[in-house]
Amino acid sequence: METYQLNVNGQRKQVKVDPSTPLLWVLREELKMTGTKYGCGISACGACTVHVDGIATRSCVVPVSLIGDRSIVTIEAIAADPVGRAVQDAWVDKDVVQCGYCQSGQIMSAVALLKATPRPTDTNIEESMGGNLCRCATYVRIREAIKSASQQLK
Amino acid sequence: MPAATRLEKRSQIDRRGFLRVSTSAAGGLLVSLYLDLPAFAEEGNQAPRARVYPPDAFVNVRPDGKILITVNRLEFGQGVQTSLPMILADEMDADWSQVIAELAPAADVYKDPVFGIQMVGGSGSIAHSFQQYRELGAKTRAMLIAAAADRWHVSPEQCRTENSVVYGPGNRLARYAELAQDAARKPVPDKARLKNPSEFRLIGKKIRRLDSRPKCDGSQKFGLDLDLPGMKIAVVAHPPVFGGRVKSLDDKDARALDGVREVFEIPLTKGSGVAVVADRFWTAKQARDRLKIDWDLSGIEHPDSSQLWARYRGLARTTGNVAVTRGDQKPLESFPLSSRIIAEYEFPYLAHTPMEPLNATVQFNGDRAEAWVPSQFQTMDQMAIAQMLGLKPEQVTFHTEFAGGGFGRRAVIDSHVPREAALIAKRLRGTPVKLIWTREDDVQGGYYRPMHAHRVEIGIGSDGMPAAWGHVIVGQSLVAGTPFAALMIRNGVDASTVEGVADTNYNIPNFHVSAHHPTVNVPVLWWRSVGNTHTAFVMETLIDELATRAKMDPITYRRKLLKPEATKLRAALDLMDEKSSAWRSKLPKGHAVGISCHECFGTAVACAVDVSIENKRPKIHRATVAVNCGLAVNPLSVESQFQAGLGFGVTQLMANGAITLKDGRVEQRNFDGYTPPYIVDAPVDVDVHIVPSTDAPTGCGEPPVPVISPAVVNALARLTGKRYRSLPLTSLAG
Repeated sequence: METYQLNVNGQRKQVKVDPSTPLLWVLREELKMTGTKYGCGISACGACTVHVDGIATRSCVVPVSLIGDRSIVTIEAIAADPVGRAVQDAWVDKDVVQCGYCQSGQIMSAVALLKATPRPTDTNIEESMGGNLCRCATYVRIREAIKSASQQLK
Repeated sequence: MPAATRLEKRSQIDRRGFLRVSTSAAGGLLVSLYLDLPAFAEEGNQAPRARVYPPDAFVNVRPDGKILITVNRLEFGQGVQTSLPMILADEMDADWSQVIAELAPAADVYKDPVFGIQMVGGSGSIAHSFQQYRELGAKTRAMLIAAAADRWHVSPEQCRTENSVVYGPGNRLARYAELAQDAARKPVPDKARLKNPSEFRLIGKKIRRLDSRPKCDGSQKFGLDLDLPGMKIAVVAHPPVFGGRVKSLDDKDARALDGVREVFEIPLTKGSGVAVVADRFWTAKQARDRLKIDWDLSGIEHPDSSQLWARYRGLARTTGNVAVTRGDQKPLESFPLSSRIIAEYEFPYLAHTPMEPLNATVQFNGDRAEAWVPSQFQTMDQMAIAQMLGLKPEQVTFHTEFAGGGFGRRAVIDSHVPREAALIAKRLRGTPVKLIWTREDDVQGGYYRPMHAHRVEIGIGSDGMPAAWGHVIVGQSLVAGTPFAALMIRNGVDASTVEGVADTNYNIPNFHVSAHHPTVNVPVLWWRSVGNTHTAFVMETLIDELATRAKMDPITYRRKLLKPEATKLRAALDLMDEKSSAWRSKLPKGHAVGISCHECFGTAVACAVDVSIENKRPKIHRATVAVNCGLAVNPLSVESQFQAGLGFGVTQLMANGAITLKDGRVEQRNFDGYTPPYIVDAPVDVDVHIVPSTDAPTGCGEPPVPVISPAVVNALARLTGKRYRSLPLTSLAG
């Protein structure tokens, strides 16, 4: 067990865990932030997506020991970001969710996309969202909501 | 709200449930709750007698005007947590902006009115509970009116309601929240007038989901997110071949890990496994990886896909147990060679892989237990937990947790996940234990859509229509040897294997359908739309092939072949034709149209897709869908179910959309080997059109799934000239 100081959603958090523990499980079990989801554990579904220094990252395969002082932003705090808020609002407006389990990760990926590419094409969307699995397959509305959020942010 | 607080609150409510009137004093529970929970009825001395359809188990009007409506089934994406409250709120004339919803715990009063157990399945949520929730709303409204009429000394007939307010003569008005306490003392009327459809204010309107915001900000708790004080996490090492047993176990390295609490063998439905309990998931998983288990794999079948295919192909060439026989059985040889089709199809095992991995949390306290399960099958799961713990079902308080998908995977007859959780909790008496199935456990753990082989022999008449049709289906029964067998197996045929063929809407005069149900050591399960996953594929690709041979338009051909009484499907086909004709007539080069239509679970669907081939995969640019589901309670929800349900159906077409076995072992482990559709694979755009109807509503959970795969391969056949009869679709040429 090692002690780590993490910067999560702008707050300092101290955890004592095995160094191999993925960031995902530190968030979920140590910090009780369960908005970030476990789906596969091998970075194949995107349900665990968070931002690490602004980059959409699969937290299920990043050991806590590699985080250092990088800034972590999770779904719980993304509303504080104007792009994050716009994406969440578009998701609600377009009635995107079904079971909803993957949507934290979808939203985190969409926010990263819109920050890098404010006017995404369908190809941009397929590339940036291409690793986020939605088993309900709400993809049609995910596309719509990303385009709608892009319009709102104009 | 943290789960622990939620739990405390729930048990307070439950205790107050006895005291129908006093509930108003504490916490403002005015139309009281849970009077009919058998567990509490047994506990109390003055337990009220159970009644039928008590509004008080479903509606709670709070002093702040909020109206809490209890949903009698799991929400796992299908939208009933919004649609069922809409129905009740409409008849009640409740202010929709004040409605909140919760999922019911396991209790008799929440059983499906048709199936008789508490469950989600068979696309029955709206179909079975529409009338129930209307009556509940109407009765609650009548009680509120009765309370207002008493207060004002007027007759109920002089009162009307709107938006959570009762209006009486002379500008009198009273909010529901003010009346609820008095209303709760009124007798529940045997009957209450239901609205005419013209009076609906919510039913038939596009209403957004109630659970959107919490599912977008991370606050929605699913079963896997449950956190209880002192809770431990369990994982189980399952045998590498179904039914294998632990011969010997070396857990020294596993126990050496800091945070490991228990390692022990547990019996499984078949065979045995090893449970590892730790403070945290990561510790439990690491400890499991360190176990050294010597498995006894003797005396059990080691299924192997290639051997199974050989066996299935052989069986498909022989007649099975007869499901349907109609007309003369004209031998195929009586048709000229050019008028025969012999088609053999193969469909692999499919895993459901809902996004939220399977889980169940159980706490055993000796004479009681509490369980938290994202369950499609509350009644069965509660019974299974009770059985494992030596309790009666009513001694197990069973909370229905939100589920991250399910598609049938959380409706398991043997309740194997809750059983494992209960066995582990029994050992850790007093401690809540959350059992997590990792994704690997899920992909390799069985309970798949069975693999199937079909063989169809068609003799084509001089009019180009099928004159004789002989059809053999080979696949494991979903229910043989279970309590469901009596219901679903007739003449040795599991109805779920032949549905979609045996009951076809096409007018085929000489028709013979039979089925073989081999026994294979692979657990199988219903997978969203069940038999229609493969039967619709076979029927709709063959009908398309027949249309092509007859040089007829595929829509015209279907219209001509449909039985006169297939009015529901015909209306869907007509509407799809109308709505897609503009884009179908001006397709870009390299694109083709694919058509399919199918009726299942009472809902008729017709579909047209625009497909090209990109990177050797089908690219689905567009789909137009027409739906005939009777009255569409929430057209927005119907639209969403179809848009996304089509995407779910693409699972079957994925290059890695198959579970295969070699020497008894499942060859895929996770989403890298068994790959469901991502955004690039699903239709880019789907427009959904609903046939206007005031008929009783039918379900929309499963009917979207069957139509997409045949439509796509029918389009591919136009592009490549090939017929695709085996799934998954491996690399496409061109």
